[in-house]
Amino acid sequence: MARVVVDVMPKPEILDPQGQAVANALPRLGFTGISDVRQGKHFELEVDDSVDDETLAKIAIGFLSNPVIEDFVVRRLS
Amino acid sequence: MSKIGVITFPGTLDDTDAARAVRYAGGEPVALWHGDADLRGVDAVIVPGGFSYGDYLRAGAIARFAPVMGEVVTAARGGMPVLGICNGFQILCEAGLLPGALLRNAGLHFVCRDQKLRVERTSTAWTGGYADGAEIVIPVKNMDGRFAASRSTVDELEGEGRVVFRYTDVNPNGSLSDIAGISSADGRIVGLMPHPEHAIDALTGPGDDGLAMFRSVLGTVLA
Repeated sequence: MARVVVDVMPKPEILDPQGQAVANALPRLGFTGISDVRQGKHFELEVDDSVDDETLAKIAIGFLSNPVIEDFVVRRLS
Repeated sequence: MSKIGVITFPGTLDDTDAARAVRYAGGEPVALWHGDADLRGVDAVIVPGGFSYGDYLRAGAIARFAPVMGEVVTAARGGMPVLGICNGFQILCEAGLLPGALLRNAGLHFVCRDQKLRVERTSTAWTGGYADGAEIVIPVKNMDGRFAASRSTVDELEGEGRVVFRYTDVNPNGSLSDIAGISSADGRIVGLMPHPEHAIDALTGPGDDGLAMFRSVLGTVLA
């Protein structure tokens, strides 16, 4: 068994109003020096050793992310 | 009488109104179930609005894998008219039948209003009954209605005249180019965020501007 992390982020050119709302809230809460926030999704998968990288990529691109609007990164944590 | 299928997923809300709109327009609505890989001999399909599968993951992301959607994709590629309304539009985009995606409204609020639209293309299976450039008012009600696509995709849609509906008085969600609805290249598949099925009778909606969409397809499939 291994833990696999898939991080999904909106593509840079896609407007992220949720991230902007968080960024705009920070100064009001007294946190300064943060110029931008982008909000995405973080998935943690417990996978058998038999699951290869190609299968993980298929899961990430065909289901966990929408390639029209999002980029993803797959990482195996040992 | 022409049969128009209306799909129900877990979390669909507007299947009853869509079926009622089909009846008002003179067609026979046929209930289709998400779990059945069967279109029951219908002549066209409506994928109605709601929150299929709770909008988990992304709006429409899980519904596109439902058994019935496999049949819809095959039939649509073969020319069967398909209309996606709101969540239905999101599902058609996730299924790859229409380009682009629908994202969280730019204002981060659920928007519910009577919305003014311009009908930009009447040479589709679902808009043949409108006059070119007609201004119509039908309700919009969604959280994830902001149409997004790559610049090249939007240019292609504009260049090929595939923007079918455009927001006119205000853009309620930050959609690129004020896009409210688009079509496939052949005009058989149309998706839009506002709800024509809620505007078929002045008693229960802002008017009856949505009814022509359902009448249009009945004219198309009978032709």
